[in-house]
Amino acid sequence: MSANLEKYQTAATSRITTWFKAAPVSALPENGGACIKYKDLQIAIYKFSRRNEWYACQNLCPHKMQMALSRGMIGSQGDEPKVACPFHKKTFSLKSGKNLNGDTCSIDTYPVKVEDGFVYVGFED
Amino acid sequence: MTRIIVIGNGMVGYKFCEKLLAASSHGDFQITVFGEEPWPAYDRVHLSTYFSGSKVDDLSMAPRTWYQEKGIELRTNELIVAIDREQKKVISHSGTARHYDKLVLATGSAAFVPPIRGVEKKGVFVYRTIEDLDAIMAFGKTARSAAVIGGGLLGLEAAKAVMDMGLDTHVIEFTPKLMPRQLDEAGSAILKSKLEDLGISIHLSKNTTTIHGNGKLTGLEFADGSDLSVDMLVISAGIKPRDELAKTCGLSTAPRGGIIVNESLQTEDDPDIFAIGEAASCQNMIYGLVAPGYEMASQVVNQLCGKASKPFLGFDMSTKLKLLGVDVASFGDPFGETESTKAIVYENKNSGIYKRINVSKDGKRLLGGLLVGDATAYGMLLQMTQNQLPLPPKPEDLILGNRDGQATEGAGFKSLPAEVQICSCENVTKGDICQLIENEGLGSLDEIKSCCKAGTGCGGCVPMVNDLLKHQLKALGKQVKNNLCEHFDYSRQELMDLVKIKDIRSYDELIDQFGKGDGCEICKPAVASILASTWNELITRQDTIQDTNDRYLANIQKGGTYSVVPRIPGGEITPEKLIVIGQVAKKYGLYTKVTGGQRIDMFGARVDQLPDIWEELIDAGFESGHAYGKSLRTVKSCVGSTWCRYGVQDAVSFAIQVEERYRGLRSPHKLKGAVSGCIRECAEAQSKDFGLIATEKGWNLYVCGNGGSKPQHAQLLVNDVDRETVLKYIDRFLMFYIRTAEPLNRTATWLNKLEGGVDYLRDVVVNDTLGIGETLEKEMEFMIQTYACEWKEVVNNPQLRAKFKHFVNDDGGDPSVAFQEMRGQKIPASW
Ligand code: SRM
Ligand SMILES: Cc1cc2nc3c(=O)[nH]c(=O)nc-3n(C[C@H](O)[C@H](O)[C@H](O)COP(=O)(O)OP(=O)(O)OC[C@H]3O[C@@H](n4cnc5c(N)ncnc54)[C@H](O)[C@@H]3O)c2cc1C
Ligand code: SF4
Ligand code: FES
Repeated sequence: MSANLEKYQTAATSRITTWFKAAPVSALPENGGACIKYKDLQIAIYKFSRRNEWYACQNLCPHKMQMALSRGMIGSQGDEPKVACPFHKKTFSLKSGKNLNGDTCSIDTYPVKVEDGFVYVGFED
Repeated sequence: MTRIIVIGNGMVGYKFCEKLLAASSHGDFQITVFGEEPWPAYDRVHLSTYFSGSKVDDLSMAPRTWYQEKGIELRTNELIVAIDREQKKVISHSGTARHYDKLVLATGSAAFVPPIRGVEKKGVFVYRTIEDLDAIMAFGKTARSAAVIGGGLLGLEAAKAVMDMGLDTHVIEFTPKLMPRQLDEAGSAILKSKLEDLGISIHLSKNTTTIHGNGKLTGLEFADGSDLSVDMLVISAGIKPRDELAKTCGLSTAPRGGIIVNESLQTEDDPDIFAIGEAASCQNMIYGLVAPGYEMASQVVNQLCGKASKPFLGFDMSTKLKLLGVDVASFGDPFGETESTKAIVYENKNSGIYKRINVSKDGKRLLGGLLVGDATAYGMLLQMTQNQLPLPPKPEDLILGNRDGQATEGAGFKSLPAEVQICSCENVTKGDICQLIENEGLGSLDEIKSCCKAGTGCGGCVPMVNDLLKHQLKALGKQVKNNLCEHFDYSRQELMDLVKIKDIRSYDELIDQFGKGDGCEICKPAVASILASTWNELITRQDTIQDTNDRYLANIQKGGTYSVVPRIPGGEITPEKLIVIGQVAKKYGLYTKVTGGQRIDMFGARVDQLPDIWEELIDAGFESGHAYGKSLRTVKSCVGSTWCRYGVQDAVSFAIQVEERYRGLRSPHKLKGAVSGCIRECAEAQSKDFGLIATEKGWNLYVCGNGGSKPQHAQLLVNDVDRETVLKYIDRFLMFYIRTAEPLNRTATWLNKLEGGVDYLRDVVVNDTLGIGETLEKEMEFMIQTYACEWKEVVNNPQLRAKFKHFVNDDGGDPSVAFQEMRGQKIPASW
């Protein structure tokens, strides 16, 4: 699998065609992330227990093309939920994917839903 | 839609695009940018950091994707060779043609190379682009000595760079002074002696006539008949505006170079063509600095958007030398030439400080001045000069400080009018910044930087912005505190007290009771460290508040793999254990290297391999080396009296005892120790957070040393004490540091901020004046008793072990991990 930015595309909830059953909720750490494999994509999923929210985004950090975002710390800037890449601490909004502390390009985000104890990530493929 | 073409994608060309987009609405302009260099515009002002490891990407003003997102067509690697003014189009060397409505020339300048015989020889370089620096670095590897022609701002920057490459460095200046445009004779003399102290040889009044050598240079010859043999030469003798393209299409250029523009930055001959930045000659002046270039870019943007714009009538050329390790600054009229002035001069040859200010005849205004050796007053003095602020009754206070014991700091800010420009690169005024602090509630330098860009250009104003911030916060009655981050209005020390007093055991409890929001990458690891230093519970319990290294108990490396460093106390290891390391590394295909900390690092393990690797190491009797933690790393040791013919004490045994005592101890930053067996100091104990040197009578204890980027010698705390007393004092010292330091401050930084310095520290640790000695020892005893190896816990606990997987829905490792080979071992594919 190549670390290729173009493969990731933000998915809008309205256009989702596939809800991929990613993992049981128990596989995710509280207030943290883990990585799942979908086709040839690596997707980071975060269980933001404090806010009772779920997020998903590409695992690839666009700064130095590192497969690392799922290992980043999550948190908030003002109201915006964010993740900090473990490599150089670039932070990205988990909602819009925007880089919050610099000019690195945005990351793609994906909708998440939880049903019957399982986490699903939505894709438009 | 107006079609804009920008020729030149340098700092000013880029800034023009950024400003034009900010000032216009989407669809007003269609922008095409041509740049001759292979990469998008980068920060030339900080080019020299390329030598110390910055990459092209780090220097980049904006990534390529920025241009894409903004709809700008960026064509790098394309030199414009012709402008057809009749048909309004430009043509590049590869034949690309584009039509324009308005054309902006931002072609910058090239290094000026004086006509010296032999400049074409191999080993002669200029200092302007990333490619120049690549060439200098490559050639420098084979050279032993280098000369820089030019003793001005740029030349000295280049000299510092070649010196840092380890070359014997010479600076050659044509005039009798260093930095002739900024300094007077006395200032130059002080700077010269400071540079000579750094090991740079300075040759003044030298006119280089010939570069000798057969193909490759071997030396220089000067007009006075003398010569100098060197293997490398960097020419940094000034700039030459790149006006060649303008010339070929019939635009007028100035006799000394530069495309002639009027006050609106339009070329004399064609109102649809503008020139900005270093390429432009305005009122017969060219400006070799970024700030005026940015100002020109603003002017043209305003005109294009139909906004009011003031004519460009010159620009202040005050400057500060960066990087060299010697402060030099000049502002306003440094020589007192513009009108008759009185100079006030302070000179201290002993400490290498020279300051001069020029005051108007009536004693009411500051006209300019220069500072060598100590330029802390630069920001303030520059403002006073530019804004004609009233001088204090005794103007000498400005450079000597107030000697009546009353503080002057801050008083100056009050007197600055709101219109005063603080950041000249981004044209941000004092009023703008105060507005952000008062009305928008901004409270940190980072927030200010990201809101109004102040301090993001040349960076020269950052200290000023910081002072202004502190002063404004104080004036607003806000306590200037070392708050951890937006989520906690407490300092680290206060949080530590809260944790202890309220018996708080988790991050969530702490943020619920004393914080707000959902935390971040700053407060989470800081709190994790506080909790660990207080309760010493296994950090794996709260893994998602740890930095990635602490979460996975290994250092993350390029490419996303991790390294494995078992503890090897004191650097002593049996052959059996060495063999185990070799076997494990071989089995998992790990790169191995002996570290600077006297142990062995195995690199390139995938996250899912870590528990298996550690299982084997632990079986062989190893434990975690905490190379990933803000905790005790190593206690290095020399071989000591057991083998060494000079040793007076058994350094190895003591080092092992000390390392095992403090292993795993979490602290605000990492901790390192060392033990040397005699005064020869082979273990480098005086560069460690705590270091022991054996004497005939016992041990000397040194504290707060630091290697790293700002090395600092450790200071002697006590001498000739026995082992037991040494341990008692280290217990107290470390615990006191852990309690009171700010996050990520090493002991050296902490001591530098500690009021009373090492004498106060000795009072607390040795004389126990605070009466907390016993408490500190008890706290340390608790840490020592509760120590457990984190890796052992993980290896034996299936639940924790399960966390070490790349995918939660697949057992495979990360398929994007890639390696290449070097000298028979693997290394990560480069990024
Ligand atoms: C492996 C090693 C280099 C080597 O191959 O020899 C190394 C590697 C790293 N050092 Fe170091 N340092 C290593 C010895 C040193 C030494 C020498 C020593 O300890 O005697 C120093 C200077 C002494 C000192 O610390 O004062 C040193 C000063 C630094 C610094 C600067 C600290 C400072 O206070 O300025 C950093 C950056 C930091 O910690 O913020 C750093 C950071 C790092 C990091 C952690 C950077 C990073 O975040 O990736 C590197 C991790 C590589 C890894 O994954 O293992 N390393 N580093 C050495 C490991 C020693 C060990 O066995 O644990
Ligand atoms: C080592 C160094 C340190 C410096 N330090 C400071 C400092 O501390 N403070 C300060 O204020 N200034 C400093 N400067 C100066 C500052 O970098 C310049 O003032 C600034 O870069 C000028 O920007 P510019 O866009 O006008 O020119 P440039 O940055 O030179 O950009 C011009 C670009 O146009 C390209 N170009 C030229 N002709 C063509 C063509 N025909 N077709 C296509 N592309 C073309 C060039 O290749 C170049 O990339 C320093 C400069 C150097 C080299
Ligand atoms: S410091 Fe050097 S000389 Fe002294 S005991 Fe150690 S190795 Fe020997
Ligand atoms: S790779 Fe993510 S911040 Fe650098």
